[in-house]
Amino acid sequence: MFKIELKVMPRKGILNPQSTAVKNGLKAMGYDNVDNLEMGKFMEFTIKAADRAEAEAYVEEMCKRLLANPVIEDYTYQIYQVEGE
Amino acid sequence: MRFGIIVFPGSNCDHDCKYAVEYLGHTAEYLWHADHQDLTDYDCIIIPGGFSYGDYLRAGAIARFANMMEQVRKFAEKSGLVIGICNGFQILLEAGLLPGAMQKNRSLKFQCEYRSMVIENADSPFTNTLDKGEVIQLPIAHGEGNYYIDPEGLSNLEANGQVLLRYTTPTGEVTDRANPNGSVSNIAGICNEERNIFGLMPHPERAVDSRLGNGCVDGRKILESIITYRTEKGGVQC
Amino acid sequence: MLTVDLQEKLAFNGLKFEEYQKILDMLGREPNDLELALYGVMWSEHCSYKHSKAQLKTLPTQSECVLQGPGENAGIIGIGDGMAAVFKIESHNHPSAIEPYQGAATGVGGIVRDVFTMGARPIALLNSLRFGNLDNEHVRYIFGGVVAGIADYGNCLGIPTVGGETYFNKSYQGNPLVNAMCLGVMPVKEMVTGSASGIGNPVMVVGAATGRDGIKGASFASEELSAESEEKRPSVQVGDPFMEKLLMEACLELIKTGVVVGIQDMGAAGLASSSCEMASRAGTGIELDVALVPAREKEMTPYDFMLSESQERMLVVPKKGCEAKVKEIFDRWGLNAVVVGQVTADGNLTIKEDGVIAARVPAASLADAPVYHPESVRPAYLDAVESFELSQVRIPETDEYNDILIELLASPNLSSKAWVYQQYDHMVRSNTVVLPGSDAAVVRVEGTDRGLAVTTDCNSRFCYLNPYQGTMIAVAEAARNVVCSGGKPLAITDGMNFGNPEKPEIFYQFRESIAGMRAACQALNTPVTGGNVSFYNEHSGQAIYPTPIIGMVGLLENIEDAVTMDFKDEGDLIFLIGETKEELGGSEYLSLIHGLETGQLPELDLNLEKAIQQTVIEAVQQKIIKSAHDCAEGGLAVALAESTMANGLGAEIEIEDGEVRSDAVLFGESQSRIIVTIAGKDLNLFMQICSANTVPVQRIGQVKGDELKINDWINARVELLKLQWQEAIPCIMSQR
Repeated sequence: MFKIELKVMPRKGILNPQSTAVKNGLKAMGYDNVDNLEMGKFMEFTIKAADRAEAEAYVEEMCKRLLANPVIEDYTYQIYQVEGE
Repeated sequence: MRFGIIVFPGSNCDHDCKYAVEYLGHTAEYLWHADHQDLTDYDCIIIPGGFSYGDYLRAGAIARFANMMEQVRKFAEKSGLVIGICNGFQILLEAGLLPGAMQKNRSLKFQCEYRSMVIENADSPFTNTLDKGEVIQLPIAHGEGNYYIDPEGLSNLEANGQVLLRYTTPTGEVTDRANPNGSVSNIAGICNEERNIFGLMPHPERAVDSRLGNGCVDGRKILESIITYRTEKGGVQC
Repeated sequence: MLTVDLQEKLAFNGLKFEEYQKILDMLGREPNDLELALYGVMWSEHCSYKHSKAQLKTLPTQSECVLQGPGENAGIIGIGDGMAAVFKIESHNHPSAIEPYQGAATGVGGIVRDVFTMGARPIALLNSLRFGNLDNEHVRYIFGGVVAGIADYGNCLGIPTVGGETYFNKSYQGNPLVNAMCLGVMPVKEMVTGSASGIGNPVMVVGAATGRDGIKGASFASEELSAESEEKRPSVQVGDPFMEKLLMEACLELIKTGVVVGIQDMGAAGLASSSCEMASRAGTGIELDVALVPAREKEMTPYDFMLSESQERMLVVPKKGCEAKVKEIFDRWGLNAVVVGQVTADGNLTIKEDGVIAARVPAASLADAPVYHPESVRPAYLDAVESFELSQVRIPETDEYNDILIELLASPNLSSKAWVYQQYDHMVRSNTVVLPGSDAAVVRVEGTDRGLAVTTDCNSRFCYLNPYQGTMIAVAEAARNVVCSGGKPLAITDGMNFGNPEKPEIFYQFRESIAGMRAACQALNTPVTGGNVSFYNEHSGQAIYPTPIIGMVGLLENIEDAVTMDFKDEGDLIFLIGETKEELGGSEYLSLIHGLETGQLPELDLNLEKAIQQTVIEAVQQKIIKSAHDCAEGGLAVALAESTMANGLGAEIEIEDGEVRSDAVLFGESQSRIIVTIAGKDLNLFMQICSANTVPVQRIGQVKGDELKINDWINARVELLKLQWQEAIPCIMSQR
């Protein structure tokens, strides 16, 4: 079994209203040194697969089909082998 | 005239759409998302607003995989008319039937109010009873209506006359203040290149009965355009 | 004997020793821990109303339209054409203070379930909100969170949030109030109730799975829990509006099939309260096995199952043999529907775990909490209030009034609440006739031309200064608002929010408030069909202002009779029905401009109130009222200004400069006053209606231009007033 840690982030250069709001909030609190704030999504799940390559193929497919929207989002992930069938 | 309205778990403007179609003297039927029913006999398919699947993950992301969306795709390929309103627009974007994507409103708040918008192109099955440059008023009610498309995509939309509706001031000026959600180029509604699929954030179905709200009935003109188009086509699928 | 062990157990379950003795008497034996816990929650103030019950019983609950009074999940009134309106208000104050977003969201979820439980489709939501002053950052956080929570939940459900009220006062600084009201409609013949009748009928749990949500941290038994298990237990309930939407559709579909005997929401104290209430209403028993309840977490105990407040769940008793039908409908909506037990003849609530009895107590005894008659003492502060002399307040110079009006309009309490209601989808379902922002919202009853006018009202400063009269005024104002929107007042639901009733001064406020409500409801023939009492609204020993929120429903025979407050056409005549007296006590003006929250309240003559409302109702029926607006907080000047906003139409007003001091003329809050506009051609008919009802009326001016002019006191451009009024809250909320 493989454990997946998936990060879905707004694509570079796309104005993300939530990120802007959080950054402005911090600045208003006096954290003027904050910059480059990007807010995305983080997902964890396990997946049954014969090997790492198969797990990766599944994750790629799931990201393209559902978990990320390629128009506005990029994704990266880590795969770990874990105990379990 | 026979409209089909797709119902997903979490749709909530299905009811409003049926009311509006029937108010104008036509027939509307609900179509359950999980069914595989062929849509050929319908004059127009409405994908209504609401919160399909709770808008979880991204608005419209899960609904696009419904069985019925496959039927919508087939129907649209044969030039059937499809209109996606609010959440329906989001679903059409996620399904790739229209270009671009939705983000949260720049205010990060849900916004419900009447807004002005201009008809950018009257040469479509959805706007043919209106005039280019005509300013209408429709309610909006959404939290994620901030339309995004990359600059190349935008110039394609503009060049092909695919932008049908743009948020404006009541006098028709395209200003930043008139933009309720931060949409690229104040876009409120677009169609595909073939002009048989229309997605818009405002709710024409909520503006047909003068006894409701502020009495505005501009939504009729959108529905009447569809009816006019289909009538002229003789009710036959092209 | 009260051993240390017992003392701890009782404290843990929130029971008094004499209550424990009553339990012993009822059972004839000692309860086990689970049984004691059941009594603990069922006899809590929240579930049992033990401090308020005796008082609530004195309220009028009957009229020709009431079909279901207090005691059920919601009240029901007949509205003609075989249709019924179902409505109730409920508080979610403490959860909202801790987690404003989820607290408010789950408050909406709960009240919506109470309405569709009766078989009605919810058609409107209202929210009556109270916060501390907005200059406090934490208050802004709470305010923003509450509004977003209501918005996200109600919007997702597709029920329009059409009205309510939002007020700010320092008394709510540490204890905000969130009272949600829901209104539904149904054919009278489809009415169902929360009764578990029919011995042998199955008992089913439907909807979401059960976790440990809402079991409050303080009530964890030390012997049952270790430190690490505790962190797994969220004590704040989290709402899932998507689940609720599916649950609502599935329940309404199920009720239509006619197989439901009884159905009840699992709200506070979850399975415990829903099962014992359903059984005790029907005089039956219920036997259930918690091992059959769909669980979201592992290793849950019977205690967890019975007391969990996981949201979006219902208890359903269908006819025997119809279990498959229930399952089929819920399956289609992707929801659980599981038989967990059955209705029994023995009158007991029997809880099993895997077939082994874990608790067995008479269901009726759980619902039969002791009734208390707390001590009541008139608070000392009322002396100062009553002896207040208005003469000590300086009368402003004529040239100050423009600025004072602007200051009032730009104050959070009187400014536009669009920032709030624009976050709510107030038009979904295409039935909203009068939009939020007017006196009462109006929603159409689908499939008919009828409309329901709904409003929530309470001036809590008034109720603090005089609980009896303040509450009378709240009822009268709610009715007046309904009338101003074109409706005829029918009935109310009450959301009573008070401090600790075990303090005699607080209980005095409560008792007086109930008495005032009784008087007004009797006079106006608007009985109480149910409601909610929320006590212990205190922070650091400081109680909130007494806040008896009146949720009123009225009827419009035809939605074309709906009226709004907005001036419609240049040249229309403006009339003031009612009398302006020298009454500034408790006014917004005195508070905001002079920093005084004191004084005797305006008088209220219920007979005059009735006559004035009747006048407007008759004029509405004659279709001559073009706008109507109640004079409330901010008085005549603010009411006139509000009527100018929507269409940017000004007014020229001349008021006789008589014996009443000028600030009281402009900003006094004398009761039973309604501003109406009519077309000149209808003048005679209007005057006839007024004199037939023998009400005081004066023509004070006409709709004209784009300025508001009142004598030589006020002269301001509507556009300017509007800007100040509109931007006040957005401006405050955009700062951190």
